[in-house]
Order: sequence, then structure tokens, then C-alpha cells
Amino acid sequence: MTYLIQQLLNALQLGSIYALIALGYTMVYGVLIMINFAHGDLFMVGAFFCFLAATYLKLSFVPTLLTSMAGVALLGVLIERLAYKPLRQAPRVSVVITALGVGIFLENFTNALCPYPQGIPPLLPSANWSVGGVSVSALQVLILALSASLMLMLDFMVNRTKVGMAMRAISWDKTIVPLMGVPVDTVISLTFAIGAGLGGAAGVMYGLAYPVIDSNMGIMVGWKAFIAAVVGGIGNIRGAMLGGLILGAVEILVVAIPGVPSTYRDFIVFSLLLVLLIFRPYGILGRPRSVKI
Amino acid sequence: MKRILLALLGLGAVALAAACGNPGGSTIRIGVIAELTGDMPAVGASCRQAAEMAAAQINVAGGLALGGAKKKIELFIEDNAGKPDQSASAAQKLITQQDVLALVGPNASRYAIPAAEIAERARVVLVTPWATSPKATLDARTGAPKRYVFRACFIDPFQGRVVAKFAQDNLKAKKAAVLYDVASDYNKGIAEYFKQTFEQGGDRVVAFETYTTSDKDFTAQLTKIKSAAPDVIFLPNYYSEVPLQIQQAHRLGIGAPFLGSDSWGSADLIALCGKECEGYYFSTHYDADATATPIARDFIDAYKTRYGKTPDDVAALTYDSFGLLFKAIQAAGRPERQAVRDALAAVPKYEGVTGTMLFHGTGDPVKSAVIEQIKGGKFVWFATVNP
Repeated sequence: MTYLIQQLLNALQLGSIYALIALGYTMVYGVLIMINFAHGDLFMVGAFFCFLAATYLKLSFVPTLLTSMAGVALLGVLIERLAYKPLRQAPRVSVVITALGVGIFLENFTNALCPYPQGIPPLLPSANWSVGGVSVSALQVLILALSASLMLMLDFMVNRTKVGMAMRAISWDKTIVPLMGVPVDTVISLTFAIGAGLGGAAGVMYGLAYPVIDSNMGIMVGWKAFIAAVVGGIGNIRGAMLGGLILGAVEILVVAIPGVPSTYRDFIVFSLLLVLLIFRPYGILGRPRSVKI
Repeated sequence: MKRILLALLGLGAVALAAACGNPGGSTIRIGVIAELTGDMPAVGASCRQAAEMAAAQINVAGGLALGGAKKKIELFIEDNAGKPDQSASAAQKLITQQDVLALVGPNASRYAIPAAEIAERARVVLVTPWATSPKATLDARTGAPKRYVFRACFIDPFQGRVVAKFAQDNLKAKKAAVLYDVASDYNKGIAEYFKQTFEQGGDRVVAFETYTTSDKDFTAQLTKIKSAAPDVIFLPNYYSEVPLQIQQAHRLGIGAPFLGSDSWGSADLIALCGKECEGYYFSTHYDADATATPIARDFIDAYKTRYGKTPDDVAALTYDSFGLLFKAIQAAGRPERQAVRDALAAVPKYEGVTGTMLFHGTGDPVKSAVIEQIKGGKFVWFATVNP
């Protein structure tokens, strides 16, 4: 029993990081109907900001988190303005290819500056508690609390505030909404900033949980978070959270079951996506978009 | 007309090859394939530095004495980006385009194996400094020893035995757990050799867990290991992954000591691991502080002066690979691929920085291993194990 609880706790930790990254995919998709394939690399940049802030500026945890989130948010806005905005009227394929290009640029740029895997210094006291045989670390508690509160804040913002309403409106119809006086460009920038900022927060937490970082770390994690977003229903914010947690659970439980080699991990994760898409092509919480002709 | 054009094209290609190729040139061209980027750049950096130093030492003295004349060494260094396919294409490029006499590297087994296949097929000598997997020098199809591939290090059946014996004799372990990268030849091989030896005397490997290269989360496997309650945990994995595994294990409340193999031996391990690796043991090729032979002293001093740091095992083995190769080229008397191979195969014994290597008709030397302990943020010599 303790074994199972321990594994579920492991799953929760991994899943909430996936969920935070998945939110970035889903938010951008919700507003622009584009998949920002550079998002996984923004997450990587977040981890590197964390490394720079903690190692060279010697900041403590909270300032490190905030600077990394702000830095990545700024980068997200910059990328949107420079790379995606000029292509807003272009065919969707062009934007996707541009996003892939931006991702490759970020990877190689980071690799050129930091070719070595870097270690992030421990920013938190390495406290460990044993609760009835289940080992809980301070880091785990922090990751769960922080990602839960970030997600609640986001959910509140999207569903209960004016900005959130503007985001949902743009997602609904991009032609009519500007006529109602909604500043579309500002809202889109804000969407990118929030999505990227959450990716940056995920990068910091991932960097603290798995403190050896390199420029390619965003690729696989990014793909998996993308899957999480799709599984949950891309464009749907609660779906992304759910998808992230499901993915984390599957990844951990596949390995936790005795007799299943961990080599099957990615195979099972990607198969899950395929099977799910057969039965629910729009994801668990997703709804089909009606196309107006 | 078409035929004439084709013939012209063919002639052009031949002329180009003749112009670019450098058969009787004034230098000895040696190719180096190193992990300069990718997941183990510290390995590539050490290899490159030691290679450049080995070549520079010869060139400062005027070159390598060959039948009265002296020939300078020219290095061609290729990055394999930490990828098996790029290792193979780097080997191909060095052999066909740069027309090198011999190759040194790649270092990690999973990169050395594909490159060695190319070298064997092209009949060019390849000396790998650090690849300890037996597969590097064995033919993939027949299982017979390769004729053109040599190495400067011991092999994993020996290393696995050394580590398993150490766990039993020094750590008094009865139950061991292993966590290894199942997608990497080195990790998989040595994990299995460890298991074989460890279980021979009735002791048990209670958890034999796997993961795949570039995984970062090992909590599921480590939780499994924790519930099996081992006395020791063997992590035969590369230096950039080991810190993650140990940190996550500590967070899960695992108190059993960890044990490593030569893939731990980079100074970056301590930089990435901090205090969490303190007190653990691993097997490796040599110890820079405990090595007292004059050859080793000279090498270590020269390396320290040149690069301002202590050479790690990859640097020492790369230097030995070059030493071995230079000896073979001199014995062959001429910079010719086949002659160098025959001369290298005829070397029975080589005194290198990393100790005495005895060759028994294959490319695998028999040599001793060292057990190191991580103490005060440093690798400290603990024992030397002879074969």
C-alpha cells in the first residue's frame, strides 16, 4: 500500500509539471489555433534562467522563480511579435514550421552558449519526511502546491476576469471581436506571456526536481506535454491539467508495475494518445469546433 | 555523348580524389572522434585535450621518427554530437575524405561500436580509449574479434566482476539492486556482468531496473528498488545521469550506499552531484594522485601545465591510445594502414599512463582496475585490483 501511495505521489509530481507545460500549448492554441512547437524549448530556457539566476546572481528560490517566469514570458511575447505575428494571415502550415524553427533556434542558441550539462544548485532545504512509510520531500510539496495554485489562478483569470473573457472571445471569433473594441494584439501577447511564463515556472520546478539540465531537455518533455494537452482536449485549460496528470500517472505506473520493462514507457504513452484519439478525437474535455462556411 | 560525359565525370572524380587524398604526404594524419557536444561533453573535451597534447609533444620534437625521416602528426577532430549515427558518419568522413591513417575514439561504447564497424569494414585501425563494452572489438555478425579495432581500457566482464566482488567483500552486501540505461550498450553490458558475478556465490540481485537514455525521472524505478530493500545499489550510468538518480533516491529516503563504474570518473560528476555523492565508490582506470610510475607523472604534470587541471581517465586513456598508435606506426616503419594494423596487433605489451597493458592476440588489453572513493569532493584512491 505504501508502495502504491509513494508511486502515486511520484506521479503527481511529474504530472503537475507536465500540466503546467501543457497549459502553454493549450492557451496559445485556444487563442490562435496554432500549435506553438517552440513551447518545449521555452520550458528549457526557463530551466536555464533558473540556473543563471541561482548560480551567478545567487538569488534565493522566490526571486529565481519570478525572474525566470518573467524572462520566459518576455521571450514568449518577443517570439510572438517577431516570428508569428507577421504570419497571422499566412497558411497555418507556415506558422507551424516557423514555430519548429524557433524551437530549433532556441536549442542551438542555448547549446552554443552552454554546451555542457549544467547542475542547478539546491535552492530549497532538502527536507524529507516519512509519513507512514511514504517519503515526502519539501520539494515535492512545493511543486504540488505551486503548480496547483498557478493552475487555480489561471483558471480564475480565464473564467472570471475581463481579460479572460477577451481571450475566450478571441478564441471564439477573431473577426468580430476586434470590432467590439477588444485589443486583439494585446490579448494575444498576454496569452503568450502567460503561457510562456507557466512554461518558465515548469522549467524552474523541473530544474529543481531533476537538477541536471541541457539544451535538449525541452524536446521530449515538450512533446509529452503536447500529448497531455491533446489528450485533455487542446484549447481546453482544465483539459490540459487533467491530461498532464494522466500522463504523469501513466508514465510512473507503467514502470511501477512489476514485470513491465521501462523501455515501454514512451511506447505506451504515445500509444495511449493514438488509442484515445480514435475514440475521442477532440480529447477528453475538448469539444469539436464548428466551422462556419 | 552521354558516355563521354560520364567518362569525363569519372575522370574528374578520380582526379579530385587524387588531389584531395594524401597518400605519401609529409604528415601523419590521425582522426579523432570525440563527444564534444551532446550528453557527455566532458568526455569529449578530455579526449580532445589529451589528443592535442599527444600530437603537440611529438611535433615539438620535430615529428615521429620513421625510417630516418621525421613526420609531423596532423589531427582531424570530429564531433559525434553524442549520437551513434554521427559517430559512424564521422568515421566514414575521416576515412574517406580526410584519408586518415588511423582513428582514435569515440569514447563511450554506444558510439564506439558503430564507428568501429565502419573502421573494420574500411580496414583502418581504430583505437578507442574508453569503450569498455566487449562488443566494440567484436564483429557484430560472427562474434569473432575484429581485426582493426583496439582499445586502451579493460573490458566490462572484468569491470563488472571487480565491482561485484567489491560490493560483496568490502561493503558486505548480500542483496544488490541495479538501475541502468537499457538503451546504452555499456550500461546494459556491465549491469549484466555485475549480476552474473554477484549471484554466483548465492547472493541475490533483488531489483534489476531499467530506464532509457535521456530519462530524467527515476522515481518509479527507485521506489521499486526501495521496496526491495537492497544493501547496495549499483548505478553503471554516465556522469550526467548519476547525480539525478542519487538525488532522487535520497529524496525517496533510500539510505543504501551507491556503487558506480568507470562512467562516473569525470570531475563534472562532483560538480553536478554536490555533497550527495559523498562517500560512494566506483571502479575506474587509473588514479592521478596514487599513480607513481614516471610515465604517468610526466603525463600528469604536462597536462596540468597545459590545461591547468588534473587529467581524468578519458584523458589518460586517450593519451595511451596515441602512445600505442605511435609505437605501432614506428614499428611499421611507414604510415600505411595495413602495416600499422599488423604492427599494432604484434604489440604484446605497452607501458602506459594507466598502467601495463598486455595484449593476447586481440584488441583488448588485460590491465588492472582502480576503486576510487568520493571523499571531500575529490576522487580518492581506495584499492587497485589486478586481473
